[in-house]
Amino acid sequence: MERKWSWSRGVIHGIFLVLSIAIIAPMWLVVSASFTAEEELILSGYSFFPQEFSMQGYEVILQYPVDLIRAYGVTILVTIAGTLASILLTAMTGYVLARKDFRYRRMLTFYVFFTMIFSSGLVPFYMLVTKYLHIKDTVWALIIPYLLNPFYVLIMKGFMDKLPHEMIESGKMDGAGEWRMFFQLILPLSAPALATVSLFISFAYWNDWWLGLLFIDNEQWVPLQLLLYRTMSSIEFIANNAQYVDGLVDLSKFPSMSARMALAIVGAGPMMFIFPLFRRFFVAGLTIGSLKE
Amino acid sequence: MMQPAKRFSKWKHEWKMMKRQRSLLVMSAPAILFKLIFSYLPLIGLVIAFKSYRYDLGIFGSDWNGFNNFTFFFTSQTAWIITRNTVLYNGAFILLTTVCALLLAILLREIMGRRIQMYQTVLFLPHLLSWVVVGYIALAIFEPGKGLLHQLALSMGEQPVAWYQEPKWWPLILPLFHIWKSVGLSALIYFTGILGIHPSYYEAAQIDGASKWQLATKITIPMLMPLVVILFLVAVGGIFRADFGLFYFIPNDSSFLYSTTDVIDTYVYRSLKNISDIGMTAAVGLYQSVVGFVLVISANALVRRINRDNSMW
Repeated sequence: MERKWSWSRGVIHGIFLVLSIAIIAPMWLVVSASFTAEEELILSGYSFFPQEFSMQGYEVILQYPVDLIRAYGVTILVTIAGTLASILLTAMTGYVLARKDFRYRRMLTFYVFFTMIFSSGLVPFYMLVTKYLHIKDTVWALIIPYLLNPFYVLIMKGFMDKLPHEMIESGKMDGAGEWRMFFQLILPLSAPALATVSLFISFAYWNDWWLGLLFIDNEQWVPLQLLLYRTMSSIEFIANNAQYVDGLVDLSKFPSMSARMALAIVGAGPMMFIFPLFRRFFVAGLTIGSLKE
Repeated sequence: MMQPAKRFSKWKHEWKMMKRQRSLLVMSAPAILFKLIFSYLPLIGLVIAFKSYRYDLGIFGSDWNGFNNFTFFFTSQTAWIITRNTVLYNGAFILLTTVCALLLAILLREIMGRRIQMYQTVLFLPHLLSWVVVGYIALAIFEPGKGLLHQLALSMGEQPVAWYQEPKWWPLILPLFHIWKSVGLSALIYFTGILGIHPSYYEAAQIDGASKWQLATKITIPMLMPLVVILFLVAVGGIFRADFGLFYFIPNDSSFLYSTTDVIDTYVYRSLKNISDIGMTAAVGLYQSVVGFVLVISANALVRRINRDNSMW
């Protein structure tokens, strides 16, 4: 393709530059607010560039870092344990569904993917977890519901479908058991798919607030995203009802406005540098998943 | 009529086959069990939708009340509002995202080079933020008294808008947030699709003197159609299922805004958490699932009729 500078290319670059700014500006607003001094925020609100650079917000949250550290701990634990268990389950299921000689393949395919298009809705699911499994307010409620996502099974199956069938045949000839073949032959060959799906799963666990919102009420198992939400809504509550809570609640214990924004940065920031490195996988995974067979 | 002995031998044969593939069966057992517990058992719980549920009596002890829960819901004003909001927002999202993402992908192809790596990364960034964090961004923009727009209005000598109390702006705000967060990834997916088109098509067309516009409309878009149709279908099938995070965290669950921000998912969640009327809440969930199911089936049937290769199954 031609590399000459031309008007049309210049205009397109212009469009993307404007677009990039429009995408980054809202994020930058929060970054800027986290580095603004409390007095300035109260006086003149949020702005893209603080009049005076201040680390106040970060100092406040680092003075009482217990909640933050615990939330990071919960999220890291849930992400690692959940991803390991889920990728094994997903790979096993995908493999069985990719085995064309499996007698119950069609039945199982229907059984797994039917749940993608018809579900019971929130109420029965909520009842199941809270009243029958009794895992509300435990770490299990944050891990188990996401263990098997049919969409990831589809990606995995799509990849394994393309592995040569003769390989399995010759493995059988050599007398290798199904399990040995799965772990020593199939899994190593599926490394690209395993990487992609693991990334999807860990991303889903890391950014999840839904299970926390539904099932976690006690302090001990609050994941990062739920902590962020709770902080936001508790500050909202204090700010909107200051006249009622004055005296009842020690206001100094609630993080200030800049601290709130600093918390958002500390909570969401690190992954903004890690996940972009894997952009290719995100895109590739979604494309594989949207293709039939 | 089958002979008893024959039927017996059929089961014996089946049992033999199962034993032969027992390792594969064991491998699929965890998935079968998981789906049984988390997807199929809850279907039984749907009977709540036809009962007047009481906590002390439980799911099976509560009294049946026929279609009362549905009647109660559908005769309320809410039923219309949340259905309309869910469908209209999702419809707008699907159209906006598909058009914008396709356009961006085609533009990216025009400027191939080192710089597009940077654009791709930036486009992709919002996808990495959770809606909770985006809620913080929304707060920095709309917060009464301190938000960016409040400051902007003051500096221009205008009356600041109370964003969290003024429903009429949200049909504009929510699609903007949706586009901001999702257009990048969709564009990258289409762009990857474009990279997969064999260059010889373009070379041949260029030799014949095709313009850039013709390359885009006669080669790129037709070649991407299968991908577009499938993503479109999946989205249309999900038109009854709203993106909870967007509709819950961005308007900050402000009750002033429900007329334009409440969707089926937020309504169900709120009803469940407020333990108002479990039976009716389950009925709303069932309504959502059934209509969603019918939509997916018919969308797929429609595409099968047009082009069998593009259908999902």
